[in-house]
Amino acid sequence: MLKDITLGQYYPVKSPVHNLDPRIKIILTIAFIVAVFLGSSLWAFFPVAAYIILAALLAHLPLKLLLKGIKPLRIILIFTFLLNLFFNAGETVLVEVWKIRITLEGLLTAIRFSMRLVFLVSGASLLTLTTPPVVLTDGMERLLSPLRKIGFPAHELAMMMSIALRFIPVLLEEADKIMKAQMARGADFESGNLIQRAKSMVPLLVPLFVSAFRRAGDLAMAMEARCYHGGEGRTRLRVMKLTMNDLYACLITVALMVVVALI
Amino acid sequence: MSIRIEHMSHVYQPGSPFEADALEDIDLTINDGDLLALIGHTGSGKSTLAQHLNGLLTPTSGRVLVDGEDINAKGADRRALRQRVGLLFQYAEYQLFEETVYKDIAFGPKNQGLTGDELDARVREAFAKVHLPADTLEKSPFELSGGQMRRVALAGVVAMQPRVLVMDEPIAGLDPKGRDELTEVIRELHDGGVTIVLISHNMDDVARIATRVAVLDKGHLAMLGTPREIFARGEELESMGLDVPQTIQLCRRLREGGMGVPDCLTNEELAAAICETLKGGAADA
Repeated sequence: MLKDITLGQYYPVKSPVHNLDPRIKIILTIAFIVAVFLGSSLWAFFPVAAYIILAALLAHLPLKLLLKGIKPLRIILIFTFLLNLFFNAGETVLVEVWKIRITLEGLLTAIRFSMRLVFLVSGASLLTLTTPPVVLTDGMERLLSPLRKIGFPAHELAMMMSIALRFIPVLLEEADKIMKAQMARGADFESGNLIQRAKSMVPLLVPLFVSAFRRAGDLAMAMEARCYHGGEGRTRLRVMKLTMNDLYACLITVALMVVVALI
Repeated sequence: MSIRIEHMSHVYQPGSPFEADALEDIDLTINDGDLLALIGHTGSGKSTLAQHLNGLLTPTSGRVLVDGEDINAKGADRRALRQRVGLLFQYAEYQLFEETVYKDIAFGPKNQGLTGDELDARVREAFAKVHLPADTLEKSPFELSGGQMRRVALAGVVAMQPRVLVMDEPIAGLDPKGRDELTEVIRELHDGGVTIVLISHNMDDVARIATRVAVLDKGHLAMLGTPREIFARGEELESMGLDVPQTIQLCRRLREGGMGVPDCLTNEELAAAICETLKGGAADA
């Protein structure tokens, strides 16, 4: 039921992309997003598309999975497209019906903005699909750690993020179980108007909150019992090391940026 | 009321890298008045099977028939089905949500459309069946102990007056006293005419109260029979990571030591058998 949510879920296969250093992957994702916005002509999207398809192939990801991540966006996409299509002032008029004018410039902008959105999301989901959440937050912590000098709580932030991410599937599973338990007692979550439906969520939400607080308390206790006291002086089991693959990935991405900037 | 499971299989998340066969070609009939114990190692598919019995999960292939009706057929009334087949989940104490125990027990029957005196009678009757102290009825369920909360959850399912009650490890994690009390409640419910499907890891309880035992192993139905038949195959059970009841373990040890006692399922039976053998031995000498 609730387990069908796949957005941002890690896809566990072995591949060169999965093995890249998380710090590099985060930087490359940002670089990719910059590249997506760098291109001014529509031709610039061809290298961008090629890049993302290449990355997906190297990561052994089915392209279907990437497309699935875009699906929840379709309403925003359509909205963006239509808004740009109808409300862009331009010279070359393609169609004119009553007060609505579709211009060539408007059409191009509409396509550009929707494409940017699609690539933005697929780039970001490529990162989360190929990087386990814990590794991702580790990478973020390392990237942000220079900011600690000015008092930025990099470790605490990363720890909170890992815990939050770690507990999403746990809470989903729990919600699924409680939902089934209440359905077994005749609860109806699907029919009725908005108020009835909101009310019908009470038997689901109360136990879910109770259990979330219980889990949080247990976790805090377990961490204390193992002498957790923040990131100060903490060493790691897996030390991040850059490899040749990381270098190649950087080179390919730089090449992409150059190509896009030139087009 | 009988439940018939025909060649049922269930696959979790088919077509994804998380795909997992949970059940394969299960064929099983639960007769009216059974107290069927479902045993199996962790991950053998017991809970998955339980959720098929009232339509919370849909089989990937095969059919589940309740009173001869396919419960997954188009247009089948799932809510009516869930009134006939009650399901108590594992760690059911975590599903409580109301302000008072009374209101929580009333949730199920209220969903059935009961009101007023009828509803009140249902709640009090179900509450009486689980043997909780009378003053708990108006307390918040969150003030109770884990064992008491679980019995409130059981009362919440019993209040719907199901003909079949499926319980997923109702006694797991309880202290010995809570376990005995709950086992007694289950036995009384069964005596009251409710067909019971009991998932359990506690072989002593299974031996004591079950009328039939089904053994699941890696998603397959490995054995089916009376407790006596099943526990006579101790070595096979152990190869599936399961225990035999302590009484049977003792009987085996006694036989190894040269004392000819048959397999016994309960303490009383075992005591009688030992007395009998000792008397017989004395007569021989």
